[in-house]
Amino acid sequence: MGLNPATSSGPAIAPAPKGILDPSTGKPVGANDPFFLEVNHELSDKGFFVAATDDLITWARTGSLMWMTFGLACCAVEMMQVSMPRYDVERFGFAPRASPRQSDVMIVAGTLTNKMAPALRKVYDQMPEPRYVISMGSCANGGGYYHYSYSVVRGCDRIVPIDIYVPGCPPTAEALLYGVLLLQKKIRRTGTIER
Amino acid sequence: MDDAKLDALGQTIVSALPGAATGYRVAFNQLTVDVEASKIVEVVKYLRDDPNCRFVNFTDITAADYPSREKRFDVIYHFLSPTLNTRIRLKAQADETTQVPSLIEVFPGADWFEREAYDLYGVFFVGHPDMRRILTDYGFEGHPLRKDFPLTGFLEVRYDDQEKRVVYEPVRLNQEFRKFDFLSPWEGADYPLPGDEKAGPKV
Repeated sequence: MGLNPATSSGPAIAPAPKGILDPSTGKPVGANDPFFLEVNHELSDKGFFVAATDDLITWARTGSLMWMTFGLACCAVEMMQVSMPRYDVERFGFAPRASPRQSDVMIVAGTLTNKMAPALRKVYDQMPEPRYVISMGSCANGGGYYHYSYSVVRGCDRIVPIDIYVPGCPPTAEALLYGVLLLQKKIRRTGTIER
Repeated sequence: MDDAKLDALGQTIVSALPGAATGYRVAFNQLTVDVEASKIVEVVKYLRDDPNCRFVNFTDITAADYPSREKRFDVIYHFLSPTLNTRIRLKAQADETTQVPSLIEVFPGADWFEREAYDLYGVFFVGHPDMRRILTDYGFEGHPLRKDFPLTGFLEVRYDDQEKRVVYEPVRLNQEFRKFDFLSPWEGADYPLPGDEKAGPKV
């Protein structure tokens, strides 16, 4: 298995993490971080600590972004990929949700056609505030390969407001993951209760 | 099946259906039979039921547009005979007003294929119980796979914030579709090269 040395005869157990020691102090890296020390001190001294409401709200918001899948074409395959164990967006609290009424983010993954546009808008209108939209791939960003087609919307920002554009045809799962992290950064930076 | 057998099969079909099957040819090891559009049901019934044919697997209905011809459309049917292990293609000429009989009585699976051919080419099938569009948008006008249909169509959609709904508007392109001939970059280009639009004529 490679987890334990071959000499051990017990069950295979992953070795305990050793941590990274700072060579100058001999303590784990970050142990002398002033922010961490202050929070630690307040917690051990008073049992609570004070933070700004914005920070708390954005922390909660970024940590539980439920996303609505709107897979329209091949981009949807990469969107599935990003939720699979290798990239696993759930570790960022970014979990798939089947219903628009319970989700915060919509990922428009693929070619949006004229016939689909009213349905997309209807789904978007059902999402509760605050809501965010990630436009994934060339077709959703601006029509892409089908820009001059008679049946394709030239960018899904004609239908819904977009927060993050992920380029690519299709974008890799890493690119979409980076888009998700950018969206979390955007939420933190905006930092208001109102969107 | 080799070409000689396909040739014999084509001869059998054409001689068995005088007035319905008008000719045949074998190209690239494929048999194509020309048929009269009004007699298509008769031909397909023969191909399905005759013990020498047994084309029981209905594969496809589509069309092709040749605008220069008097009857501009070819309605094209594909069948497979598992008995003979061979395929056959039927071509029937039609125009915008020809009433092509529907195959739905012979092969119920023809339903959506005929709707698709109607949607994209405007070939009309009679005897079909539900002759509606199948792929294009609700209220779409025109038949997009016709050669005279403009690439970008006529309408585009946008969400209107005042009306709170998706509205249709005439197409307005910021940049026209450009088609580049990349065959030879240094000769024969009769259009301004990309990036050269603002350059004056060379003296």
